[in-house]
Amino acid sequence: MSNGVLVIAEQIDGVFRKVAFEAVSEGKRLAEQLGGELTAAVLGEGVDTIAGELARYGADTILTAQEPALKEFAVDAYTKVVADIVAQVDPSVVLVGATMTGKDLAARLAARLDAPLAMDCIGIRLDGDTLTATRPVYGGKVLAEVTLTGTLRIAAIRPNAFGLKESTGPGKIEVFAADPGDPKIRFVEKQMETGKIDLTEAEVIVSGGRGMGGSDYTILEDLADALNGAVGASRSAVDEGWRPHSDQVGQTGKTVSPGLYIACGISGAIQHLAGMSSAKVVVAINKDPEAPIFAKSDYGIVGDLFEVVPAVTQEVKKVKG
Amino acid sequence: MDIIVLLKQVPATESVISIADDGKHIETENLKWVINPYDEFAVEEALQIKQKQGGGTVTLLSVGTDKTVEALRTGLAMGADKAILVKDPAAEEADGLGIARILAAVIKTLDCDLILAGQRAVDDDAYIVGPAVAEMLDIPHIAMVIKEEITDGAVRCTRTIDGGTLIQDVPLPALLTTQRGLNEPRYASLPGIMKAKKKPIDIRSLADIGLEAGAVAPKVRVTALKTPPERTSGRIIEGDSARAKAAELVRVLHQEAKVI
Ligand SMILES: Cc1cc2nc3c(=O)[nH]c(=O)nc-3n(C[C@H](O)[C@H](O)[C@H](O)COP(=O)(O)OP(=O)(O)OC[C@H]3O[C@@H](n4cnc5c(N)ncnc54)[C@H](O)[C@@H]3O)c2cc1C
Ligand SMILES: Nc1ncnc2c1ncn2[C@@H]1O[C@H](COP(=O)(O)O)[C@@H](O)[C@H]1O
Repeated sequence: MSNGVLVIAEQIDGVFRKVAFEAVSEGKRLAEQLGGELTAAVLGEGVDTIAGELARYGADTILTAQEPALKEFAVDAYTKVVADIVAQVDPSVVLVGATMTGKDLAARLAARLDAPLAMDCIGIRLDGDTLTATRPVYGGKVLAEVTLTGTLRIAAIRPNAFGLKESTGPGKIEVFAADPGDPKIRFVEKQMETGKIDLTEAEVIVSGGRGMGGSDYTILEDLADALNGAVGASRSAVDEGWRPHSDQVGQTGKTVSPGLYIACGISGAIQHLAGMSSAKVVVAINKDPEAPIFAKSDYGIVGDLFEVVPAVTQEVKKVKG
Repeated sequence: MDIIVLLKQVPATESVISIADDGKHIETENLKWVINPYDEFAVEEALQIKQKQGGGTVTLLSVGTDKTVEALRTGLAMGADKAILVKDPAAEEADGLGIARILAAVIKTLDCDLILAGQRAVDDDAYIVGPAVAEMLDIPHIAMVIKEEITDGAVRCTRTIDGGTLIQDVPLPALLTTQRGLNEPRYASLPGIMKAKKKPIDIRSLADIGLEAGAVAPKVRVTALKTPPERTSGRIIEGDSARAKAAELVRVLHQEAKVI
């Protein structure tokens, strides 16, 4: 085929990551531009029941690779099977969602196939056959445009950075005979934080910093709940032991791109800004009118967060009915 | 246990990054350079493993420039035993796979049980080099590790995944990449700094390690650097009370920004 696009659609526990649909949507756009077909592949166990969901975003063919060894992510088994899929499909572009596991897979796959890789892209452009990706570097302080040279190019796309676009495709489901090879990594256990929306996929994030003054984040959780969002934190709040590491937003934490980011009691240190600069709308709530966060926010409220945040929650509930 | 730590020198995270006149590089003058924070976790973990295992060596390995010697000295002052720096003009424009190829070529000449790398370098944020080195050495790797325990030639790792953690076992030799939460890196002590001055830093060119410049020719090239769009409005919501401000904020988010 070699002018087609292959998307590796990530699922966990039988549910697709949102970025899987974003990748298929973007894959469709690229495939149309290249004049090739869009193949989406899903790895796991029992995934044939969900595979059809990928048709909604325009997949021409959907490959299901099912194997007990693929039930849980293991980079060696996954890389082997994806490399085999690439060999069969022979795409021009491979798209992966830049989740923690997606980035891991993309890196090892690129090395195995000796193919150029653009990690954590927020934009992809094709000029003729030349692929240019836009990706944040220096923690988002700078955007780099990188061109990838080769007949096979890999891009890992940042969750929430590409839109969803429904379209129709034949969505023909085919079984791919997966051979995980001789994996060295052995699964022991998985623990998921249940009921939590992952920060990288959240449409709304309410973050708290040192201004929270302690580990009681109830008012932020209430606001996040009202907005169907997730709670994040600055590094200071994590260092204080108020919040887990996995909640940290910033240059040494998570980079997030929600539609709305509400920073409460966060001063706006450059390392924090790095992690949330690609949010669409930023709101700051801080009692210090000179706090640097205000210069990097679309809207600000100067005030005590313990008064302002509950009041915002009340108003949100009114609007949302 | 012999451990190799892949260490990159990067601009300190508090740096303001400005774009050079060529539009493809950053201004490097007046920047403060440090060990990549994720590689600091790797150095710390290596030192702790060495101590727990009751011996062995911790070798720092970097591809860099003359300036990188400072970062390596800092790592040696933390307690690493020796360092290797690959310095070559041809390596300066290498992409992640090119850097990995250089690192793997050096590692092939050394004995080691474990390789530790950062999950990402906070300059290019590429998340590539660690897994790529493991692939080139044909050894397994586990990324984003927050806890590891070595027993009988294998390592049990807890790694982060989106929304949770995964515990996996892998036989040695293996490569691990670090995630915040793994440890708290120590500061170099004064005696450590004194000792580090006498520790060896072996500097090699690509030719020394048997690679030609062509072997690291990049397939990923930066064609332009841009500053992200600045937020313009920066509107402070006024009001007589917290309630009034809150009501106005929610109104604009709902009606104007349309994000609620
Ligand atoms: C290598 C390195 C990496 C780093 N990585 C990160 C990172 O990934 N993420 C990150 O966040 N930081 C990171 N940092 C830390 C960063 O430099 C800042 O120290 C940190 O972001 C500050 O957190 P903060 O804004 O919560 O605290 P502070 O800077 O102390 O700010 C607290 C704010 O709360 C306000 N406040 C206090 N009480 C109230 C109240 N009642 N109502 C309203 N406002 C109130 C204050 O006015 C102040 O602006 C890193 C630092 C280093 C050196
Ligand atoms: N030039 C380099 N020298 C040594 N190690 C490196 C170099 N570049 C990257 N690494 C290692 O690979 C990790 C990931 O880097 P990157 O893929 O550039 O984000 C870093 O944290 C280092 O451990």
